[in-house]
Amino acid sequence: MAAIDETHSGVRRHRLTAYLVLIALAVFFLFPVAFMVSGAFKPDDEVLADADSLGAFVPSDVTTENFRDAFDRASFGRLFVNSTIVAVFVVGFGMIVNSLAGYGLARLPFRGSRLLVLAVVALTIIPLEAVAIPLLFIVSELGWRDTYHVQILPFIANPLFIYLFYTFFLGVPKELEEAARIDGAGPWTTFIRVVVPQARPAYATVGVLSFLFIWGQLLWPVLVTSSTDVRPLPLGLSIFVAQPPISWGDIMAFALMMTAPLLVVFIIFQRWFVRSVARSGLKG
Amino acid sequence: MTTTLPLPAAGEVARARPRRRVRIRGIAGFLFTLPALGLLLVFLVTPFVLAIGLSFTNQRLASPIPLRWEGFSNYADTLEDPGFWKAFFNNVWFAAVVVPLQTGLALLLAVLVNQQLRAIRVFRAIYFTPVVMIMAVSATIWVLIYSPDRGMANAFLRAVSFGALESDWLDSTTMALPAVMIMSIWQGVGFQMIIILAGLQEIPAELYEASAIDGASRWQQFRHVTLPMLRNTLIFVVTVTSILAFRLFDQIWVMTQGEPLGNTSTMMFEMVQVGFERQQIARGSAIAVIFFLIVLAVTVVQRALLKEERY
Repeated sequence: MAAIDETHSGVRRHRLTAYLVLIALAVFFLFPVAFMVSGAFKPDDEVLADADSLGAFVPSDVTTENFRDAFDRASFGRLFVNSTIVAVFVVGFGMIVNSLAGYGLARLPFRGSRLLVLAVVALTIIPLEAVAIPLLFIVSELGWRDTYHVQILPFIANPLFIYLFYTFFLGVPKELEEAARIDGAGPWTTFIRVVVPQARPAYATVGVLSFLFIWGQLLWPVLVTSSTDVRPLPLGLSIFVAQPPISWGDIMAFALMMTAPLLVVFIIFQRWFVRSVARSGLKG
Repeated sequence: MTTTLPLPAAGEVARARPRRRVRIRGIAGFLFTLPALGLLLVFLVTPFVLAIGLSFTNQRLASPIPLRWEGFSNYADTLEDPGFWKAFFNNVWFAAVVVPLQTGLALLLAVLVNQQLRAIRVFRAIYFTPVVMIMAVSATIWVLIYSPDRGMANAFLRAVSFGALESDWLDSTTMALPAVMIMSIWQGVGFQMIIILAGLQEIPAELYEASAIDGASRWQQFRHVTLPMLRNTLIFVVTVTSILAFRLFDQIWVMTQGEPLGNTSTMMFEMVQVGFERQQIARGSAIAVIFFLIVLAVTVVQRALLKEERY
């Protein structure tokens, strides 16, 4: 009896320590988020005044003025539209173009297709940063700077996503596709009717990863955009932060509005996010 | 089934049909890959080749000066520039601290959230939240956290040290880069945690049961079952984090612009300064090529380590 009681309390004590550690870490990961949310609803001077106390996390005199200021002073609305346009095109076209390529390489072999797979794998090594400067030169020569398409076209095809689709299609059983083929369906019909519906997890993975990337991208917009007409949110924020008079309430409101859609989508589709990231690591 | 072509003789069908099918499917395969390949050729392969080519010239952004072959002078200028070396060593220092720290923390978090506890999914989501926060947003919030007189970082330090410790953080020549490191780990560790967690969940439970029967302690299980089984995952995480350390740009752009005195400058920040602000496309390309060689070296090391495992 005594022994059983002891293990019981041991398990309980272990569980208690586990939760204490988990909660302490949760505080570390969430405090800047809480700081941002409460700061967004506070009068400007109070954001800084409360920043070194627990008051930083409590919105005292709740105001929505910061949100209005973010629209007026930093053209938040325009920047949001810009980011949305770029993201919709990059993610949408990206899913189409990369899945087509992945399927073609995996299931419709042609002369040289094996070599192309190797080439795609080799290309995954090249980071955007390694080509940013010559690409800046090319788009300047073409007169493409400060447009939407200069922010969209270079990011549609992505070797990593092609490879993700390729490995996904290799792993799907062929039976359904063969049945469709025997029924007389061509490659295109088979792809649309049979393959795409099966590949939802792969589309979700690529969609999530490419959206996270494009919504947060900063380096390329720094190089190629110069006006509010096409500038995306991250660059807009970095300019707003440096633009006097610096008002932390407005900045926090801007930051919150820019992150809120992502946070909401993340909370709803949490499992997809986690699975997408996990899958991106399973290629090594 | 739906085709209404004239029916050929039976023997002909058997021989000709499959071959034609294969050819059509091959053409379709080529057409399927064509859009992606075209885009990659224009926006990845061409600029990559151009980076190498331009790095040997005098090319500037929008300049009437005729193009001239300059040999290795851009590389020589870059390697003689103390600003470049300062940036390079900042990257190395960043990698040396952040790679082990972030990987270790990610491993710890993954083990913690792999426990069978109630609401463990909530904690997983919380630790992952900073990843969803865009880097520019995270960096902006941390600028305020690091504010020397009113910031939360100093308030916390003062509280735990009874007023003895505080720092100028981003304004300090010694603490600015460590401040960026802490913020970067906070932002990125959740990503690595999820990848390691996926690796943990692939480990067959029988291995733990068998070692438990053999009387292995929890620590021994971790040492002799978990770590060896996670080898490939950890190599992947270390590689990705090392490459990220050399790609470091967003945080620097938002938080410090390389200040104070170039102490937080990085190769990518330097490349943007040279190639974009100073419009020296050729020299910026040389930095890009050097950067790519580093990434390539890290990748080659990773491949070699992974191969070793397979034999």
